[in-house]
Amino acid sequence: MTGPDGWEGTYPLAPPGAGHSAFNGDGDGGEAGDMLWGAEQSADGAQAAGDPMSFPLPSEQRGPAGPSALRLVWIYPDLLSTYGDRGNLIMLARRARLRGLHVEPIQVNSDQPVPRQGDIYLLGGGEDLPQVLAAERLRAGGGLNAAVAGGAVIFAVCAGYQLIGAVFGGAQGEPVEGLGILDISSGRGERRGVGEVLADVDPRLGVDRLTGFENHQGVTKLGQGATPLARVVLGVGNGDGTEGAISDRILGTYLHGPALVRNPGLADLLLTWAAGPLPPLPDEDEIWTRRLRSERLAAVAATPA
Amino acid sequence: MSRLPIRARVATTLGGAAGKMSRLTGRGDGSVIGGVVGLRVAPDLLRQLAAGRQIVLVTGTNGKTTTTRLVAAAIGSLGQEVASNAFGANMESGLVSALSSAPEAPYAVLEVDERYLPSMIKATRPRVVVLLNLSRDQMDRAAEIWLVARRWREAFAAAQDVRVVANADDPLVAWAAGSASRVIWVAAGQRWHEDSWCCPECGAHLRRDELGWRCGECGLSRPSARWVLDGDSVIDAAGTVRELHLSLPGRANRSNAVMALAVAGLFGADVDQALPSLRQVESVAGRYTTVQRRGRLLRLLLAKNPAGWLEAFDVLKPDMRPVLLAVNAQVPDGKDTSWLWDVDYRVLKGRHVLVAGERRIDLAVRLEADDIPFELVDTVDAAVDAVPPGSLDVIANYTAFQQIRATLGRTA
Repeated sequence: MTGPDGWEGTYPLAPPGAGHSAFNGDGDGGEAGDMLWGAEQSADGAQAAGDPMSFPLPSEQRGPAGPSALRLVWIYPDLLSTYGDRGNLIMLARRARLRGLHVEPIQVNSDQPVPRQGDIYLLGGGEDLPQVLAAERLRAGGGLNAAVAGGAVIFAVCAGYQLIGAVFGGAQGEPVEGLGILDISSGRGERRGVGEVLADVDPRLGVDRLTGFENHQGVTKLGQGATPLARVVLGVGNGDGTEGAISDRILGTYLHGPALVRNPGLADLLLTWAAGPLPPLPDEDEIWTRRLRSERLAAVAATPA
Repeated sequence: MSRLPIRARVATTLGGAAGKMSRLTGRGDGSVIGGVVGLRVAPDLLRQLAAGRQIVLVTGTNGKTTTTRLVAAAIGSLGQEVASNAFGANMESGLVSALSSAPEAPYAVLEVDERYLPSMIKATRPRVVVLLNLSRDQMDRAAEIWLVARRWREAFAAAQDVRVVANADDPLVAWAAGSASRVIWVAAGQRWHEDSWCCPECGAHLRRDELGWRCGECGLSRPSARWVLDGDSVIDAAGTVRELHLSLPGRANRSNAVMALAVAGLFGADVDQALPSLRQVESVAGRYTTVQRRGRLLRLLLAKNPAGWLEAFDVLKPDMRPVLLAVNAQVPDGKDTSWLWDVDYRVLKGRHVLVAGERRIDLAVRLEADDIPFELVDTVDAAVDAVPPGSLDVIANYTAFQQIRATLGRTA
């Protein structure tokens, strides 16, 4: 599937609440929970590298999720999952299901080919060496670049953000070639940026102020083909007063925390790119996320920068 | 003490006085400040205090304090005094305090922060180093664990007279210990795999089966173990099987106990001699303590990171008693709570779950996402009042645990 039909609102929207039973994790194989904790399954060789047909590819083996399922592809949790990155996947799946969308989470380990037909791809944070390994394997496989060419949505955090750019700093600060799907270049900065971040999102995106946590030594420069996701109010971000980068349907950020948990607006932005306009969630589904946001925003405001 | 140089003697005396003041004034247990004062007077103090003793260093992400206690108990079964930093003061000052408070002890069992292991090996010239496990922990202030493993590996390559007792089931630990000349491998188990999916040597995705782990590319694989934890039993180097029957609960503590027995064996204490001492250990620095409070029996479990929470959930009684989860994010806890998303809470389904601590809203959002009903409480006493008379298990991270202990009184 290379056409745009994965992101132009072709998913039927169920009435709010219809998806509630779908995220409780104790249902059948098409449900969320176990898929999100399935990394161990890949080690038995059943989904070993070089056998793309063993993958749960769309329209053939998807089972109960049906042909219109939203495919959330988590890239290399065996290398890039350091700061609660699973939370971004869980939050995307939850917020999609609460809108009645069928969701198919797919976890791709570094010995497996990246499927090209995903709707949203997630890349998380990682240590220096795993980051370099992940970049090498993704470059060699070509699946992620092909997915981008087909119009997929990408959400990349920290090490994952750096490696989808043109170049990033390796374990000794040496330049390492990235995937080149976002027009950014990263290197190693003078000191580590660790702590809470506040940043105001590009108003064209209609997303509330970002709250998150950063822990990185990267400095990222944006090229002509990318625009900053946000302006830093508190924290380091890209290192020049901006935070993250965006280009078409590709979004990168230094925020973990995880970012989509603290910033549900960002999660909904990604879902909208993939599945078309979404209704707001009923208030009872936003009680805790709103409380968390207001608590973090207030806590950071109370702390002198 | 008499064999110490005069400056070191002055230093330990001053340090001891500072520690005593700390306890008397209620500022702390004195196990850090005493060492700090001593080191100010004699920077080489640790090396001097360690000289001539048989030293065991214990390190790893989880289980350090408990294993230190178990190893000290096992070696103590030999009948001689054992110096130990029993309260988890695991940096240089804590080691100095432990050694200077037991100047005549021929043995010392010392917990060491994983980042400081290389320098502590140099300073104390240990006979044995115990490596438990490595996993993500407070990453806003701690070093990356692949880097920690590399530093360990370099340290063992440079200290070929050290014997290492290492968990063969943890790939990062096994790789780090691989540079040592003599390793006693222990099949101590590993439930947390999230930090060791890939080969520490070459980065390829590791294969795992019932025999352990192996790398299909470079051939690194789980070493064959001389000591094995098998359910509730230990299998020693001779193949003899014995039931552990510990007082301490949980799989992680059975694992710690087997590590301790392997160490004791190196000092001539066989399993039949050491095991009864291990069974007597019921709580460690407040962990696993049971406390009566308003007609409820509270059991306190400390868990500081996702691997620790996984093990703590394993300790929860199958009787579905209520559980209080408490999370803070002060400096000692790590100020970043993202690790809460690395824990699978679905095992709590069906329990009455109470949530407390300074970052309880982070936990609330997390539990909601796993569809686990929960109840927010402000204090441990509010949790006690919210559950019927009976038992309440408490899982808390570091400063949340200390706050709960303070509320319950030092008896906890």
